[in-house]
Amino acid sequence: MSDKIVTARVGIPNSYTIASYLEHGGYQSLRKALLEMTPEEVQAEVTASGMLGRGGAGFETGRKWSMLKQDPIRYLVVNGDESEPSTFKDHLLVENDPHQLVEGTLITAYAIGATRAFIYLRGEFALGLERVQTAINEAYAHGAIGRNIFGSGFSIDLVLQPGAGAYICGEETALIESLEGKRGYPRIKPPYFPAVIGLYGAPTIVNNVETMSNVPWIVANGGKAFAALGKGRSTGTRLFALSGDVLRPGSYELEMTSKTFRELIYDPDLGGGLKEGRTVKAVIPGGVSAPWIGPDNLDLPLGQDEVAQAGSMLGSGSIIVLDDHSCAVRAAWRITKFFNRESCGQCTPCREGSGWIEKIMHRIEMGSGTESDLDLVLDACDNIAPGLTWPPQQTTICVLGPSIPSSVVSAIKMFRDEFMIHIKEEGCPFVH
Amino acid sequence: MSTDVSQNLITISVDGKEIQAKSGELLIEAAEKAGIFIPRFCFHNRLPQVGMCRMCLVEVKGPRGFTLQPSCYLPVTEGMEVITESEKVQKAQDGVLEFLLINHPLDCPTCDKGGECPLQDQTLTYGPGESRFIEEKRHWEKPIAISELVYLDRERCIQCDRCTRFADVVAGDALIEFFGRGDHTEVNVFPERPFSSYFSGNTVQICPVGALTASPYRFKARPWDLSQIESSCNTCSMGCRIMVQSSQNELTRYLGLDSDAVNHGWLCDKGRFGFEAINSDERVTVPLLRKGDEFVETTWASALALIASKVSGAKAGGDANRIGFILGSRLTNEDIYAWVKLAKGVIGTDNVDSQLGDGLRGEVIAGLPRATISEAVTAKAVLAFTGDIKEEIPVLFLRMREAVRSGKTKLVTIGTRSSSLDELSEVKANVGIDQLQLLARELVSSNSKFAEIASVFSRQGVSSDGEGLVVLLGRENLAVDQSVVEAFAVELSRALPKARFLVTLRATNFAGSVDLGAAPRLLPGRSLLENASAALGQKWTRLPSQVGRGVKEMFKGALQGELDVVFLVGSDPRADYVDSELADSALDRVGFVVSVDTYLSGSTLKADLVLPAAAFAEKSGTTTNLEGRVFTLNQKVTPPGVCRTDWTIASEIALELGDDLGFSSVSEILDEIADVSPLHWGLSWARLSKMATVEGVLVPVSGTALSIRPRAMLDQVSTPGIASVWNQGLASSKTAYVEGEEEVGEVSPVGTPPNAVSGMGLMEPIWPLPSIQPTGYLNLAYVQKLYSRGEHLKNSPHLSRLIVEAKCRISSHTAKQLDLESGDMVRIIDKVGGEASFEVEIDDAVSRGTVELTRGSFAVSGFSPVRTDETVNYVKLERA
Amino acid sequence: MSFFTPENLEKAQVLVGLYPDKRSALIPLCHLAQSQHGHLSKEAMEEIAELLGIQPAEVMGTASFYDMLHTEEVGKYLVGVCTNVACLLGGGQELLDHASDVLGVPPGGTTEDGMFTLEEVECVAHCDKAPCAQVNYRYFGPLANDDFDNLVDDLKSGRLSDSVPHHGVLSRVFRDAPPMVSLEIIHEERRVMDEAKKARLAAQSQEAGGKQ
Ligand SMILES: Cc1cc2nc3c(=O)[nH]c(=O)nc-3n(C[C@H](O)[C@H](O)[C@H](O)COP(=O)(O)O)c2cc1C
Ligand code: SF4
Ligand code: FES
Repeated sequence: MSDKIVTARVGIPNSYTIASYLEHGGYQSLRKALLEMTPEEVQAEVTASGMLGRGGAGFETGRKWSMLKQDPIRYLVVNGDESEPSTFKDHLLVENDPHQLVEGTLITAYAIGATRAFIYLRGEFALGLERVQTAINEAYAHGAIGRNIFGSGFSIDLVLQPGAGAYICGEETALIESLEGKRGYPRIKPPYFPAVIGLYGAPTIVNNVETMSNVPWIVANGGKAFAALGKGRSTGTRLFALSGDVLRPGSYELEMTSKTFRELIYDPDLGGGLKEGRTVKAVIPGGVSAPWIGPDNLDLPLGQDEVAQAGSMLGSGSIIVLDDHSCAVRAAWRITKFFNRESCGQCTPCREGSGWIEKIMHRIEMGSGTESDLDLVLDACDNIAPGLTWPPQQTTICVLGPSIPSSVVSAIKMFRDEFMIHIKEEGCPFVH
Repeated sequence: MSTDVSQNLITISVDGKEIQAKSGELLIEAAEKAGIFIPRFCFHNRLPQVGMCRMCLVEVKGPRGFTLQPSCYLPVTEGMEVITESEKVQKAQDGVLEFLLINHPLDCPTCDKGGECPLQDQTLTYGPGESRFIEEKRHWEKPIAISELVYLDRERCIQCDRCTRFADVVAGDALIEFFGRGDHTEVNVFPERPFSSYFSGNTVQICPVGALTASPYRFKARPWDLSQIESSCNTCSMGCRIMVQSSQNELTRYLGLDSDAVNHGWLCDKGRFGFEAINSDERVTVPLLRKGDEFVETTWASALALIASKVSGAKAGGDANRIGFILGSRLTNEDIYAWVKLAKGVIGTDNVDSQLGDGLRGEVIAGLPRATISEAVTAKAVLAFTGDIKEEIPVLFLRMREAVRSGKTKLVTIGTRSSSLDELSEVKANVGIDQLQLLARELVSSNSKFAEIASVFSRQGVSSDGEGLVVLLGRENLAVDQSVVEAFAVELSRALPKARFLVTLRATNFAGSVDLGAAPRLLPGRSLLENASAALGQKWTRLPSQVGRGVKEMFKGALQGELDVVFLVGSDPRADYVDSELADSALDRVGFVVSVDTYLSGSTLKADLVLPAAAFAEKSGTTTNLEGRVFTLNQKVTPPGVCRTDWTIASEIALELGDDLGFSSVSEILDEIADVSPLHWGLSWARLSKMATVEGVLVPVSGTALSIRPRAMLDQVSTPGIASVWNQGLASSKTAYVEGEEEVGEVSPVGTPPNAVSGMGLMEPIWPLPSIQPTGYLNLAYVQKLYSRGEHLKNSPHLSRLIVEAKCRISSHTAKQLDLESGDMVRIIDKVGGEASFEVEIDDAVSRGTVELTRGSFAVSGFSPVRTDETVNYVKLERA
Repeated sequence: MSFFTPENLEKAQVLVGLYPDKRSALIPLCHLAQSQHGHLSKEAMEEIAELLGIQPAEVMGTASFYDMLHTEEVGKYLVGVCTNVACLLGGGQELLDHASDVLGVPPGGTTEDGMFTLEEVECVAHCDKAPCAQVNYRYFGPLANDDFDNLVDDLKSGRLSDSVPHHGVLSRVFRDAPPMVSLEIIHEERRVMDEAKKARLAAQSQEAGGKQ
């Protein structure tokens, strides 16, 4: 057995075609599920696998499915919006193995009794859209989608929906609004938990692309086999998207907890280390919404709870490395700018706060900040995420709000001196 | 809003205090009722909540201890623990205010909203002092006109989503929207598609800042210069509750009051901005006497003397039946009563009518069991056979729209023309008039020929005697004679005796006119001439000796030279009577026409004597809305010149005739009405104006309806303009309440309510003979639009820009058959050869083979597309 | 007068039919309009509104929320340079400055010949190729300044016209199967959806004051 699950076929020529997929055992899991298993049995395997959602929140997939309200109409929506900065794993799956995604989606639709399934793919993935649409067309032709699939009596349609460029549509309720043809405004939970009131008001399961891509393997090999990989709540493998100041950035599928941050960064087959003579200054794990961790945490294993205990999160599985030649103020400012550009604009604290904080951070980076600006920024942050704790409290509808302070607060906490140098020397001391 | 003792009361704790709340009620409202005001911007009690502004955050205990939650979005649950005053809550709210002010311009001194702005108020009450924001604010082009009536200043917008929500959810006109994202979000309209909603003014009222302002109010006044009084809009028969505001004896603004039973705080633009007409320079302010082709000013004394001599002359020359009274719809109940008493009780003629061919006979209306608006919006099912209520009674349309969309009731619409109700209808059935009789009989029967319709009613559980059904009854097409509608209603009511009728005629006080006897054969209290009560006998010197004529018969009589004197009291038949040609020639033949009016209208120009009347807001009184709810109208400004109230004029004529109507104030008139009319038993001015004012009182009055109700509280954020004028001089405070007037001690009238006031029994249905459709002629649909031309609109500078021009609307199918295109000019030729030219507009909402023409949008002498002798009117179209 | 070409109108109708609620087709229709016209014109939005039975303002309200939908004209090639954090560390800001110099327009600007519009974009999920850029959502990276200059040359000369179609063309693969699942299921879906919607509205209007 290869040690890879979702990327097992990446690298095979034409891996995205149905011919190649079928050649490598494609759609066998779907057959197995539809013809040999009841929906409950499929659900039971996924529950047994312990798989945590790969979209960012890290919720157990099996448990999520079991919470779906059993209304006659139910939907499955696959979240392929992948816009969290430095997260670049789903597009890899979508471009290289779209059939695996389609198969996982169909099995899931069967398991949860969905009456219609949608794959919402980030609009900028032009190639991905072509690959997935082709895969859907091929799957229809193959009899894997549509009426009475493989003679099982199960019917389902699968629709590919393109996004159109809005980070917030990765948030599941905003995604649902977007799929309904509206502005991507996150809904308020409660009462709008998708599993109860989702797409068109019907119960809906939203799962990430990587989550779905694991499902065929789980059906083929059993939940236990999946759970045997990893440790604790962190079962199976994960795609870690490594970027920033490393020599070999890329998406690496690793058994969870099997490696530490240090190993991921320095292993010559993985990150390949830093540029000559440089050291790690900080790591942003789990997307830019996550608080930063310092070099003292490099020996943490890459596991859900391990990172959480260190006061951050594994989130979307992306890891950005800052070395000692990079400016923390500049990085934190740029992240704030991102949130400001991507705030949906509903909540006053997020809409206005992000812009204000961005302006202050920019001022500091450009050398016209003052010492009192640091308190001002922290206070404004506190008005978005009261207490500046982790996990955060929030004054906003969705967690984009309290994500804004994460980087700013991390940077000020970890690199206050650097801020002071910017202020005293009236400019950024780093060369870009 | 009232002290509602509902079944599911639960207890929650707010700031350590135990309070009672209705299960499922929103925390923000439950707290407010208990006297704890939680600040807010986006929340509005009549809009679905969005929880966007985050101003209403409070601490609520949950599994993870106390966390900040939006109180506007949280239904209360038993045992809920809430903290609204803590450092954490305070900081969060200060934070939101500070964030809002980052980009909000500090132009309060030049902003229309200054002084009544919740953002300003809350900043003063809760807000941070010095701004810590030193960067440049966001800039947008300063106010842009998004319609003839509304300006938008995007810099001031705080993105509360109220206007956009209102336009989309309540009005159904999603013409203003959020564009852009994040802090670039702006409210705006689509290019070249203005915010031309009939309800646009509501967005101005509910905008919590000065982002939306109304062009008729711009820079007119500041809230501290204003004073205000409660009243009811008199633009249509809905009677929406309003606050009338003025400054220096000039009306400046009407604002909607939230009445649960009636308008939910909304107004239509025609009502809201109609105050401009009252301020108009075109008002008649002195009595005018015809001298040849001109009017000359005269005095009240000589005018009244002249009237007396003409009336006496007419009576002497023949009998009282040579005198007629045509009353208009703007009159108060007291005005109507005074004029009816003058005509019937003093002069002795029964020639009194108030239906200008666009209504229904008083006898029919009075005989139908009346439904309330609340009954209509919660009925198991509603049958609509009515004019387009969006055009005629716009706020009723909002109520129906909300009811249907939220599934409270289901609607079936019948008729032949298109209407705004179509989109709300479960079934829209094109039922010709030849099928109406059968339909009335088989509406809910199981083997009905109209299976599609009947099945809706049976699915909804309407019983075989009509229980659960409300009929919206109006004039679906003014080119079909009212007798058809009347026969249908009577037939239907006989077949389904438990069905109730909401008469959806537009004329403002048509219900008061019917209830007070402003129709032939009727006396006050919906009783027939032949059944006059003893009480009436005591107050009236005489009664007409014979049943009189309605407007149509009066006009026909006039053509025969049978009328010597006609009083037009607030009515303009040349513009408003459906057969304008008949009105025109009839008035020419009347010996002496007296017009009591506020403007020189088309009909006034045919008058021999014009008496200047006080207009709305220049007089007090009561009015009755379409469901029979009586409200007060209150005087806010003094009338110009020597204008007098209509009832005073009637009293003075009586005096001049040597009689005495016997009252000298509105309150005395109302007392007399309550004495003589069982329908109005229990009403008095004191009671009406002191209790339950916002909701009015439904007649007939039942014992319990008169119990004291505390004055409705006022949410200053929902009704900022009203609250701030009320609170003038008070330091802005956290409480949302405006204390009501003192409660009235004694309200129970003496005695027990009389019974048998529900109506006067149904007549026999009389189905008229249909007219024959001549070959080459098309069906005519003669319809009203909100902005059809009229004196009211003409004299309102801003509304007058919205007047719809006459267009001849046909479907593309008809156009093809006639080889016509949009923009072509055609002549419409009526059956007796009158004709006029119109531009063609193609609209597939119009049925095939039908020509739709808007009433009031043209005035061509010799042309009247509707002839009163026809049951159905047909016209011919020829290329001009 | 129709905005969509007959061929696209047919596609539009297929799209509208894909969903239980046709408004869901809004974004796909906007992409279709852009593929035809390069940007989302007023006429396109009006026609989309008509196809969906909503107001043009609603189409624009939704479309303007999304960065990829351009209600103003853009160049044939929309060049997006990423400056988000991974690219920033790899020189994204400097690449953007260079791009601006080379094209002679600031971010947000369009070259006079209408060939290029330059944009500063957020992370495009190609962080392993930092600093990277996208041209009409086709990816290039990592890009040194020379690489960028060559890219511009290639685009100008048409050497890339196969792999980089004009702006607006996203997926060149169209769905070839209309929905196949029984109409009954779809009807049932619609009925339940309607009821859920009504229940929601009813609940909302009840909550909105508990009136009546
Ligand atoms: C601001 C924000 C952005 C998000 N973006 C994504 C995303 O791009 N892709 C994704 O799968 N989940 C994203 N999520 C998480 C989703 O809301 C949701 O938790 C996830 O799709 C569930 O799938 P899973 O259970 O398979 O992880 C985002 C959440 C937030 C709050
Ligand atoms: S927190 Fe920000 S992104 Fe989330 S709903 Fe509020 S405004 Fe939108
Ligand atoms: S969020 Fe509750 S009032 Fe705005």
